[in-house]
Amino acid sequence: MTFEPGDRVRVLPAEKPGHVRTPGYLKGKTGWIESVLGEFPNPEELAYGFSGRPERLLYKVGFRQADLWDDYDGPAEDRLCADVYEHWLEPEGGTA
Amino acid sequence: MSDHHEEAKSSTSPYAARIRAIEALLLEKGVLTEPEVQDRISYMEARSPANGAKLVARAWVNDEYRERLLSDAKAAASELGMDPTHPAEFVVVENTPEVHNLIVCTLCSCYPRAILGRPPDWYKSFNYRSRAVREPRAVMREFGFEPPEGVEVVVHDSTADVRYMVLPMRPPGTEELDEDDLAGLVTRDSLVGVSVPRYAGSKGISANSGRLLNDND
Repeated sequence: MTFEPGDRVRVLPAEKPGHVRTPGYLKGKTGWIESVLGEFPNPEELAYGFSGRPERLLYKVGFRQADLWDDYDGPAEDRLCADVYEHWLEPEGGTA
Repeated sequence: MSDHHEEAKSSTSPYAARIRAIEALLLEKGVLTEPEVQDRISYMEARSPANGAKLVARAWVNDEYRERLLSDAKAAASELGMDPTHPAEFVVVENTPEVHNLIVCTLCSCYPRAILGRPPDWYKSFNYRSRAVREPRAVMREFGFEPPEGVEVVVHDSTADVRYMVLPMRPPGTEELDEDDLAGLVTRDSLVGVSVPRYAGSKGISANSGRLLNDND
């Protein structure tokens, strides 16, 4: 599944043991694709001595802070960007 | 803020003992050699926030360079003789009158080490890593900085293969300063975004720690 800048996406709420590069506070949260950062060896494989191939697309994903924290006390415009691998993303509303 | 890290840094801490044991094993098994370890230490110590300050000062005085720094930071760093070689990508995000950027790595302590050297201890603390994403404005206030009314705060959590640095705004009143003096205004904290460069007239320059940073070149 590939995405374009502006696409609405949801971070999968999956629980995966071991080394992952998707922070827990983003799981299940909805945001948008800010930009496509390129393809990189999958760090979740590299961490265990594997090749990390095939490389995975990495996206810069934007979120509204107010969507991440119920008690966020800053202005509604405040944003957070995180770099999330393609296999942690699905279209908003699910893949079905 | 960094109590735990002060403890961890102590040469008698269990963490230090563990690292010494791992290093001894790697040397004993021939995975690493002593010169390789020393080379790596020299490599890291040759890097400092003064590198970031140079990139910023050049961007302040040269608009075309600024655009190159924002579009391809690795190439722009190479132009100034820096070697950003590292598997990670290097991206510079720009503060504007509308947007203030703040960098954190919640998962560990990702930092553009190839340019800026080792991160400060507070950057690696659980306190900073957990609060910078959740209450960035409160964190910046503790560093003595409050974004002006109407400025949007954008936090960048460097969770994967990209390392981020902030291009702060040039402080007002610095039109007469040359590039070296401008670099002296750029603090490490302003490159992470917890603060901004300040200029208090000619007295401000000599009082600024940037002079010390430049001495490390």
